[in-house]
Amino acid sequence: MIQPLTYVEIYRVILPAHERSQNLPKDTMRVPFEMRIRGRLLKEAKIGDVVEIETQTKRIETGILMSQEPYFAHSFGHYVPILSDLRRIILDETEDLS
Amino acid sequence: MSYQSVMDQKKDIMKNALRLDYEQFEYPGIGFDYEKMMASSGYTLEDVMRIQRENNVGQTPMIELKRLSAYARKFAKPGHGARIFLKDESQNISGSFKARRAAMSIYQAKKLGYKGVIAATSGNYGAAVAALAARAGLKCIIVQECYDSNGVGQPEIIEKARACQAYGAEVVQLSVGPELFYEFLVLLKETGYFNASLYSPYGVMGIETLGYEIATDMMATEFRFPDAVIVTNAGGGNLTGTARGLKKAGAINTKIIAASVDLSGLHMASDSDFNMKSFTTGHTGFGIPFSTFPDRSDVPRSAARPLRYMDRYGLVNQGSVFFITEALAVLEGMERGPAGNTSLAMAFSIAQEMKDTEIIVVQETEYTGAGKHMNAQISFASDRGIQLKLGNPLDESPGHNIIFPSSGSMLKHKELDLRSLKISYLKHYKDVMLFEQDIIYLSEELNTTVDEIKQLLEEINEAKK
Repeated sequence: MIQPLTYVEIYRVILPAHERSQNLPKDTMRVPFEMRIRGRLLKEAKIGDVVEIETQTKRIETGILMSQEPYFAHSFGHYVPILSDLRRIILDETEDLS
Repeated sequence: MSYQSVMDQKKDIMKNALRLDYEQFEYPGIGFDYEKMMASSGYTLEDVMRIQRENNVGQTPMIELKRLSAYARKFAKPGHGARIFLKDESQNISGSFKARRAAMSIYQAKKLGYKGVIAATSGNYGAAVAALAARAGLKCIIVQECYDSNGVGQPEIIEKARACQAYGAEVVQLSVGPELFYEFLVLLKETGYFNASLYSPYGVMGIETLGYEIATDMMATEFRFPDAVIVTNAGGGNLTGTARGLKKAGAINTKIIAASVDLSGLHMASDSDFNMKSFTTGHTGFGIPFSTFPDRSDVPRSAARPLRYMDRYGLVNQGSVFFITEALAVLEGMERGPAGNTSLAMAFSIAQEMKDTEIIVVQETEYTGAGKHMNAQISFASDRGIQLKLGNPLDESPGHNIIFPSSGSMLKHKELDLRSLKISYLKHYKDVMLFEQDIIYLSEELNTTVDEIKQLLEEINEAKK
């Protein structure tokens, strides 16, 4: 079980597909409009439970508990050979400049 | 609250969240008094400068890119290849020119006694609002369009979420769709916070100092105004504010050139297209619709009205912006962007048409970092099956490939026809009865003569028949 006051991320469907705005491309029309938000868990729960959290601005949000202690894992990405090509082209073409 | 019931309350929610009565600016007919709206805040340019200075915003370095200019000159006719200068806006608090806009929104929110602010943005503006709200002791919520329906987040937008949280803001992350505006209204209603809109007069007047500084920086070192200023164009506020600031400094002959990344073929509200692009702003998906219909924004009348000021509009492809981002790093020692370098890619191409004594100013840079770095974006694209190749960048097909120039000589922009943009703008009124005062308003909106408006309207009517 995840203890109260643990930092968590929840998920909630804001609008199911059939309640979405008209004027949408077909692929978007088929899927729900969703939200993810982080905050402090108010009551003990496990992943998959519908829970309440207190957000950074002290609002209460309800949703499905998705993860415990979420963190940012975005990076600079993996090696991409073409970037080395760009660097070589630019440096070769500017070698004769003062 | 159902979608429709919230949308029906839009007018009241917006009014409470800005406390600006837009009705007072309306003309009979289609128009409104733009200058009256811009002046209604009562802030002078000097006030804006002071407020920004107190917040570590503005007064950024202006740098001549001598090696990059020489590189472009190599591919120009003799006597051609303008000098390219760069305003290093990444040196603002929060890392982009957006701090100029946020400074004024936050100042106004604080002055009116709001407890917090909300902004709908997936870009640098979020970090800017969060940082300045932190300085003002205001609570802050940033609403982002961040994930596709598989829960895959755009790395650049995730980085912005991280930055916002670092400044103590709450981040609401949404999936793809224009219903972001619905959730934005729900949150404004629930919290009673201020709408820190990019399109309010405050959001645009904050950029006037950028145009003003460009003019005065150049006058101080080169004893003249620049021949052209190139502005990355999305929602139009950057271009509008910069142009207004240049005029206020007296630089009335400086050409204002818009640049966007060409994302033709990708639908901005499409769930499956969302993660197929490598640029989340500065692109045609915002730049063209917001130019041809500014009042699509989150306020009744947008203060960002780019066609009032634009002299030219050019497009560059994703591969060219990555190329110039690399060039800026290895030739000038500046690791910036990539999205903010859209105007730099355009400058590299346009410089070659201009004389070598002429001056181009590229008016922004932005910070780079995990997620938003070009390596992060290109690696993300390749993982999603986007083909990466060297060649002629103008052959790029957004969503399918990224074509990087195989030589600096291949980096060319594509000119957009301003006349066709004006026609797109006017088509919004094709079924409206227009009177003389409306035509005068349209001539101001499109920076042209009453006669040209009449002629363009006639062409639209002919095409209808």
